[in-house]
Amino acid sequence: MSGNVRTSLASAAPASIPLPVNQGLPAPRVRFWAYGSTLFKVLGLGAFAFFLFGPLANLVLWSFAERWYAPFKLPVTYGTRYWEVVFRPTGDAMSSLLTSVGIACLTVLVALAVSIPAGYALARLKLPWRTALMILFLLPQAFPSVAIYINVARVFYSIGLTGTVPGVVLVHAAHGLVYSVWIAAAAFAAVDRDLELAARNIGASPLRTFFTITLPLAAPGIMASAIFVFLESLDEFTGTFFVGVPQVTTLPLLLYNASMGGNYQIASITALILLVPSVLFMLVIERFLKADVLSKVGQ
Amino acid sequence: MERPSLIGLALIAPALAMIGALFLYPLGFSLVSAFTEESGRLSLTHFQKAYELYSTDILFTLFIVIVSTLLTGLISIAIAGILTLSETPWLITALRNLYRWPLFIPFIVAAQCMRTFLAKNGLMNNSFVALGLMEPLQATSFLDWRGIIVTFVWKQVPFVTLMLAGAMASIDRATIEAGRNLGASRLRVLIEIVLPQVFQTLLVGLVLSFVTMLSVLSVPMMVAGSQPTMLTVDMAFRINSYGDYATANALGVISYLIAGTVAWIYLRHNVKQGAQA
Repeated sequence: MSGNVRTSLASAAPASIPLPVNQGLPAPRVRFWAYGSTLFKVLGLGAFAFFLFGPLANLVLWSFAERWYAPFKLPVTYGTRYWEVVFRPTGDAMSSLLTSVGIACLTVLVALAVSIPAGYALARLKLPWRTALMILFLLPQAFPSVAIYINVARVFYSIGLTGTVPGVVLVHAAHGLVYSVWIAAAAFAAVDRDLELAARNIGASPLRTFFTITLPLAAPGIMASAIFVFLESLDEFTGTFFVGVPQVTTLPLLLYNASMGGNYQIASITALILLVPSVLFMLVIERFLKADVLSKVGQ
Repeated sequence: MERPSLIGLALIAPALAMIGALFLYPLGFSLVSAFTEESGRLSLTHFQKAYELYSTDILFTLFIVIVSTLLTGLISIAIAGILTLSETPWLITALRNLYRWPLFIPFIVAAQCMRTFLAKNGLMNNSFVALGLMEPLQATSFLDWRGIIVTFVWKQVPFVTLMLAGAMASIDRATIEAGRNLGASRLRVLIEIVLPQVFQTLLVGLVLSFVTMLSVLSVPMMVAGSQPTMLTVDMAFRINSYGDYATANALGVISYLIAGTVAWIYLRHNVKQGAQA
């Protein structure tokens, strides 16, 4: 209800505001200022777009460059030779891709299994030291992870988890927990409590209320948290660098090895493969993560 | 719907157990390793060694992360402010569709992009030369501290802006209209009316960005190879080259202190906020 009022206020605003500003100036000066300001906005937007997309454009150029050396501003010869190398079914890249996606899916399952109950408890139930508990989930992100991972690797080594997929999944899930717990808590907090009370009033059990009312209403937010965890796992470099080597090679590790080895084509193509899910999720994220949920994150 | 907190604790227990096993236990491990000698005696010798070898890198890390956080905050406020207060519809639409692109791009991909874009013969210098803004001889490589900052800001601005623009969209627009109708400029409305209402969200976004940037290993390794470098690279180097866990963990504790200071600022603000409510 209040949302409707807000949008109508917002749409009424542009009509009412410029009038008093324009009335005081003679017409030619107004036009000059209008052109100047438009030019300024176009130039600003152009510079912004250049710095935003320039690095990505360079990546795409490198992935299709078969030869590119110093004095030339653009690649000397173009081709898809390196794409064929990467996408050979037996190649390192395909097995890394499968490893990465598999680890990311398992990480989402583990993270959601522990963070849906935790998020509900944080949003709805009385917990002692609630703020401290929220901060505790932030800690794996709030602490410089390299220092933690070197010790996780040491502990994992003693129980045989280094270089295994379960070891990497556990590290990724703990790292993503702040997103899944905080966003799940915000999503549950944004669910209208009256709807739950209405269900309880007409005789639904607490469990049934949760599964038919609360969880479906919080589902977009929880989907968003799953997306965050999935991407966090797909991105993850540091933990895999210490815990996964040498047996588990995810895409980021492949990219790192190729780039440091000077093979910019393979590195750029691997980077582009990692870009696809990132950009897709970026395009749909606002559908899942509504402003009412976002404003409750971290509270 | 008051319930005993026991159920709540049971629901949150698995998540807490995970943090305990995968974070608190290794954290204790690192503290023990940093503060004890091989004989098991408490000592600060590892910190002395860490300071002697890496004091420049400690300052370098602080400089990079603080400058990157401030720039991220300023640019995010500017973009979110334009999205909320601008009266030019096409600018809002264009900006809204543009700013989010790097949001989920992995740091390692961003590092690879910048490794080529900011190089001496990268696309940035080449474009400036082609546009006549720069002579070819003036082209220099940005693959040093500037490259790290550019990469961090490029990657973190969309994240903070998304949170900030979301929070700004949900504040009461009547307060903005009131300020504008009384003749306040948009900049003044942004600073005096909008920002105070979304400050909590801005702080969360910047704190998360700060500690994220403090923890990233790939960007300093790939964007700026030479000395000085960031603490994360030094830690990885101590482990991989010397198996020197003690000095690496001492460096780790130093970076905990940096992150802890920021967390403390956040907590203090949170408590103040709670007291007001």
